[in-house]
Amino acid sequence: MNLNARIPSGPIEQRWDKARFDLKLVNPANKRKYNVIVVGSGLAGGSAAATLGELGYNVKCFCFQDSPRRAHSIAAQGGINAAKNYQNDGDSVYRLFYDTVKGGDFRARESNVYRLAQVSVSIIDQCVAQGVPFAREYGGLLSNRSFGGAQVSRTFYARGQTGQQLLLGAYQALERQIDAGKVKMLPRTEMLDLIVIDGKARGIVARNLVTGRIDVHMADAVVLATGGYGNVFYLSTNAKGSNTTAIWRAYKRGAAFGNPCYTQIHPTCIPQSGDYQSKLTLMSESLRNDGRIWVPLKKGDTRSADQIPESERDYYLERMYPSFGNLSPRDIASRAAKRVCDEGRGVGPTGLGVYLDFSDAIRRLGQKTIAERYGNLFEIYERITGEDPYTVPMRIYPAVHYTMGGLWVDYHLMSTIPGLFVLGEANFSDHGANRLGASALMQGLSDGYFVIPYTLGNYLASEKFAKVDESHPEAVAALAQTQSLTKQLLAIKGKRTVSSFHRELGKLMWDFCGMARNAQGLEQAAGKIAGLREEFWKNVNVAGEAGDLNQSLESAGRVADFLELGELMCHDARVREESCGGHFREEYQTPDGEAQRNDEQFAHVAAWEYQGPNQKPVRHQEELQFEYVKPVQRSYK
Amino acid sequence: MNLTLHVWRQKDVATPGKMVRYDAPNVNEHMSFLEMLDVVNEGLILRGEEPIAFEHDCREGICGSCGFMINGIAHGGFKNTTVCQLHMRHFADGDEVYIEPWRATAFPVMKDLIVDRSAFDRIIASGGYVSVSTGSAPDGNALPIRKQDSDLAMDAAACIGCGACVASCPNAAAALFTGAKISHLAHLPQGQPERKERSLRMVRQMNAELFGNCTNIGECEATCPKGIPIEVIASMNGDFLAASWQERPPVEIAGAG
Amino acid sequence: MATAALDSKLHRTLRFYEATNGKKTVMALTGAALWGFVIIHLLGNLQVFLGPGKLDQYGEALRATGALLWVARGGLLVCAALHITAALQLMALKAKARPQPYVKKVPTTSSYASRTMYLSGPVILAFIIYHLMHFTFGVPGIHPDFVEGAVHANLVKGLSQPLAAVLYLATMSMLLFHLYHGIWSMFQTIGLSHPRYTPLVKKAAAGIAIALAGGNIAIVVSVLLGIVK
Repeated sequence: MNLNARIPSGPIEQRWDKARFDLKLVNPANKRKYNVIVVGSGLAGGSAAATLGELGYNVKCFCFQDSPRRAHSIAAQGGINAAKNYQNDGDSVYRLFYDTVKGGDFRARESNVYRLAQVSVSIIDQCVAQGVPFAREYGGLLSNRSFGGAQVSRTFYARGQTGQQLLLGAYQALERQIDAGKVKMLPRTEMLDLIVIDGKARGIVARNLVTGRIDVHMADAVVLATGGYGNVFYLSTNAKGSNTTAIWRAYKRGAAFGNPCYTQIHPTCIPQSGDYQSKLTLMSESLRNDGRIWVPLKKGDTRSADQIPESERDYYLERMYPSFGNLSPRDIASRAAKRVCDEGRGVGPTGLGVYLDFSDAIRRLGQKTIAERYGNLFEIYERITGEDPYTVPMRIYPAVHYTMGGLWVDYHLMSTIPGLFVLGEANFSDHGANRLGASALMQGLSDGYFVIPYTLGNYLASEKFAKVDESHPEAVAALAQTQSLTKQLLAIKGKRTVSSFHRELGKLMWDFCGMARNAQGLEQAAGKIAGLREEFWKNVNVAGEAGDLNQSLESAGRVADFLELGELMCHDARVREESCGGHFREEYQTPDGEAQRNDEQFAHVAAWEYQGPNQKPVRHQEELQFEYVKPVQRSYK
Repeated sequence: MNLTLHVWRQKDVATPGKMVRYDAPNVNEHMSFLEMLDVVNEGLILRGEEPIAFEHDCREGICGSCGFMINGIAHGGFKNTTVCQLHMRHFADGDEVYIEPWRATAFPVMKDLIVDRSAFDRIIASGGYVSVSTGSAPDGNALPIRKQDSDLAMDAAACIGCGACVASCPNAAAALFTGAKISHLAHLPQGQPERKERSLRMVRQMNAELFGNCTNIGECEATCPKGIPIEVIASMNGDFLAASWQERPPVEIAGAG
Repeated sequence: MATAALDSKLHRTLRFYEATNGKKTVMALTGAALWGFVIIHLLGNLQVFLGPGKLDQYGEALRATGALLWVARGGLLVCAALHITAALQLMALKAKARPQPYVKKVPTTSSYASRTMYLSGPVILAFIIYHLMHFTFGVPGIHPDFVEGAVHANLVKGLSQPLAAVLYLATMSMLLFHLYHGIWSMFQTIGLSHPRYTPLVKKAAAGIAIALAGGNIAIVVSVLLGIVK
């Protein structure tokens, strides 16, 4: 497998410019002759489809939701980073680049990250011009806040709904192209396979989720922007529909999967309340700006929070990381919460929770100020838990939030299958082993608005495309295979529901491949997952019919893929014998319990190549060069 | 607690539906309404019946996927709350709960509680955007915007497109949805160049989709999970009126010279 | 273009009226004119309290304006016709927009007045027809003893019929609701809304509607109680 990342040469700050000059252009009159498929309509997919439509390509955009406006990007609360330095507080493109590489625990590709930081500036301009109502100061200029442990204020936000507003901007741009006839939107349509002809991605197989009809769609290039796979854990902050199916089936067609084990666990989520729980809700990280995190000093202390005197509280983040305190990066804050709960000092009915306490802030700033800053978040919390955070401290616990891993892509965002491009959370590229707060939105829009329009054009201009249509043997075969898979799922009629399998898989993943992992647990989990998968194909009960709107069938296909992906994640976590970012191996930690990287052996991307059903995949490596940011141990003490 | 549900079941868009009674035993008060339905559905699947189809995705009240009538009120009638955020602690043991899909000609029922809301997408496509192609934007701070205007734009932009406004409206009007987008862009300088045409096109598209006519009743604002006020409808009305008044007769374009 | 095009061959006035917003504007403007009539009509009628001669004189004076009276009547008729036509079209649209009703539907915060405009409207229309037959044309069988030009006497005799009095009182309460929602709503329809002023407009609308309906009711009640003879 060829893992040529196609990184341009020269000084890092000139690489993107150089690449843009070297990239071939498609003649404006010829653009309409190219057909491009975009799967996914979130920040990455929506912005890509809109921009490619504006440029003149014929775009077909797919999403499984009823409207492109519902993609899960919509749920991002906090904000979007950009190196604008409007605050004059020392930010720069270089600093954003540096922070991102360091925050990713030196497991990201420098050139990609630098480009991301460069492009971040244009994203804000573009979104403002679209009418995104970013927060503003009284003088009428854009407001910024510091976010997720950053030392500068570079985060732009629209109340607690930044993702929503950015997505609506991209969605509106997309609708404009739909109206202009440049983009054909296929909502309620789910990609189920990739069609590869002569080694190039030439189309997809997709199921119309209303009629159940499975069709082949051909194109000259395929762009996947289908988001992350956090739902492999069943409980996560992802939307219920978020899934791995598109990228997983592309993986099975030959696209390498990069760093599948890198998972981000977000420290501030509402704890689980029961077995029926269907998802976890994130409470924006911005709460940590004013809330103090603590647990009782004593094990098994069942007193209510107001009965525990100051001297018997452990503000453990402030104690362990005095300089960053409650604002320590996500991976660190999450692990610390797990550690104190494992010690038996967790709070709440399950003992899996820590307090996020605003009483100091309310005393210092007044309830009014706190309500202004976090009023809507407090409301959400009260709606879900029935407790009033103004009087009782919030309870929070870490939850799966984001997956840094994804399909391997080169500098052009092209996967190991030529013509298959992967954007946003679906690729592995920019965040290394841990993503910084407010960087996901930045990456999605950077990929979609500003990178893919150039690199896709280069691909189309450089290649010759044989005429292929739906009758091509590869397309016919892929269609038949998908149809038979659907039939097979419906025919099992076993004794267990799809979600019972999903829940069991999620628990295995959380227990053995979650916040802390070890070799023995990972091996055990991989075996159990294989067993569970076997049972799934014998004993699952999928209700309904194939030719119908059938939510059980949709979910069965997705869980079938999670059952394969989960095993790969365990393998990847097992082989990576170091701790880095979100990947914490208990065997590799410093004496004080921090992640211990092994740069000599693991400063690389693991890219897994599929070998066939129940065959062990092959692990390839892309070595990472750190020419600008020298790897050091991350310290937030 | 134990509940009795009366749920609208409908096979597809062409088949008529009916209310069907289900028991929901052992409901936990910490469950969300959708989690309660998940549990009912698990039971149905194991009994070999088709589960109740309902739309949902983020389950945190922002994607706008979920929504149906609970006891005659869109989203169940708790302030600023979508169905996915509605928790069972608001119900009592023995309650009878009526669950129905949004009803409007523009929102055909596709299955059980799922309706087709693509009419909303077409309203946005008719003009709910600023025509700015990628790459052509000036610096983000080039145009200062009065904070109050930016806040008002944000209030309107908070719409999640769930369709509760249409469902609650006795006229099945989409004025709150359409007004919210028109008002969002009308409060910003970026929205000004296309403001007039936008209001004409979006109102006409809204009519073409066969939504009813707003009679200023206000049920929409009361059940909107994002608390969008009917002030945005006035804003749409004003823009439409001004734009209609100022619409100029077509001018013949002189030949290229 | 996929969505409704901006260009149309229709004349722009028709194009305006074609839109729901156009019809609503017509309803607001004609409603305003009809509201003006209700005010003037009441002011005229309140002269009944000034003694028998006054009202008859007022009637005489109105008739003396000749053509002007017919212009005003014509104008009102056109307004009423437009108001009714637009209402009928919007009602038809309402039926088309939700042909299948809810099994269960509960109103939340909306006012009774707002929800019953399509009821109070027809009731008022029916009343106006009755009222014209009662006091303007004096159709025998509807008015017991109508004398052309004897406005005051006609009024007293007409309202002394218990059934007629009940009808007047009932309709006036419907008029109250119709006016309340109609008055504040016309501001909303032409685009005037503000969190500060709209509540005041609503209060004023309520006050005006009560005053107008109350004025008319006062006349009926005074006749019933024998205060006005």
